[in-house]
Amino acid sequence: MAVIRLTLAGLVLLLVAGLVQAGAIEVREFDDPVMEQRYRSLTASLRCPTCENQAINDSDAPVSQDMRERVYLMLQDGRADMEIRDHMVERFGNYVLYNPRLEGRTYLLWGLPALLVVLGGILVVLVVRARRNASARALSDEERARLDALINRGRTP
Amino acid sequence: MTRRLILLLPLIAFLVLAVFLYQGLSLNPFHRDSALMARDFPPFDKETLRDPEQRVDESLFLGQVTLVNVWGEWCPECKREMPQLLDLADRGIRLVGISYKDTRELGLGFLQDFGDPFEVNIFDPEGDLSFELGVYGAPETFLVDRDGIIRYHHTGYISPEDIRKHILPEVAKWQ
Repeated sequence: MAVIRLTLAGLVLLLVAGLVQAGAIEVREFDDPVMEQRYRSLTASLRCPTCENQAINDSDAPVSQDMRERVYLMLQDGRADMEIRDHMVERFGNYVLYNPRLEGRTYLLWGLPALLVVLGGILVVLVVRARRNASARALSDEERARLDALINRGRTP
Repeated sequence: MTRRLILLLPLIAFLVLAVFLYQGLSLNPFHRDSALMARDFPPFDKETLRDPEQRVDESLFLGQVTLVNVWGEWCPECKREMPQLLDLADRGIRLVGISYKDTRELGLGFLQDFGDPFEVNIFDPEGDLSFELGVYGAPETFLVDRDGIIRYHHTGYISPEDIRKHILPEVAKWQ
């Protein structure tokens, strides 16, 4: 009985802790569901500058709060998603983008996976060809003689 | 011979990867490239901390190399770096403060308690000017050259060693 009571108490505590955590991030009301969706995806794709790895929609750092506020205001102002992202990068640097932009210094980052797939494909083709050539190659005279000898030995016990 | 080389491929790939990842170990995860380097100090028009009647704007930075320090009464690291800032002011370096998300009362109390190395303090209670500067936590310090262009950005606490190693050489470079 005591165990059950303790478990229940623990669960209630967890629930309360969750509520307190949720209270740190404000809820915003949107009339337009599309706008709300954009707000959600923008705040999920922008990274909190003081945190190691947290999106601003998930962080109660003061700067994240300010950034959410700015995203909200710019959305209300009719700005495009791209503009809002650029606005943040201009102030806080490329660090805030979870998806790095395609530019000179990120070509390797974006290109490497595709390059590896292509290289892997070439490797597979080469290996398969080599195997096929090896199995199709005719036996040399010496090998044929050995093979005949083995077959004959099996036939004449 | 080529077969042998092919057998060596995984080892070579491993070595390349190992060197690449080993370099990553020495990177500081708290380091961020400042986005404002070599850009104009953002335009503003603000009251000073001491006097609501007195307004200052970005022309404040023209003609002199200035260290701009973003601080707040609520920030313990700011208190710790005050002696270093007072030392810089004693060396004749011009300092301008940005009072970040404080009330006037708390800000002035801070200067009373910990000393005032600043020529003037820009009052930024909402933090909107600091947002334009990409400040993500106090203290942060910017070096602005005589043309009002940001040349150096230090995030976080300034230690006496930082003064010697980074701040003084940067100031000398742009003076």
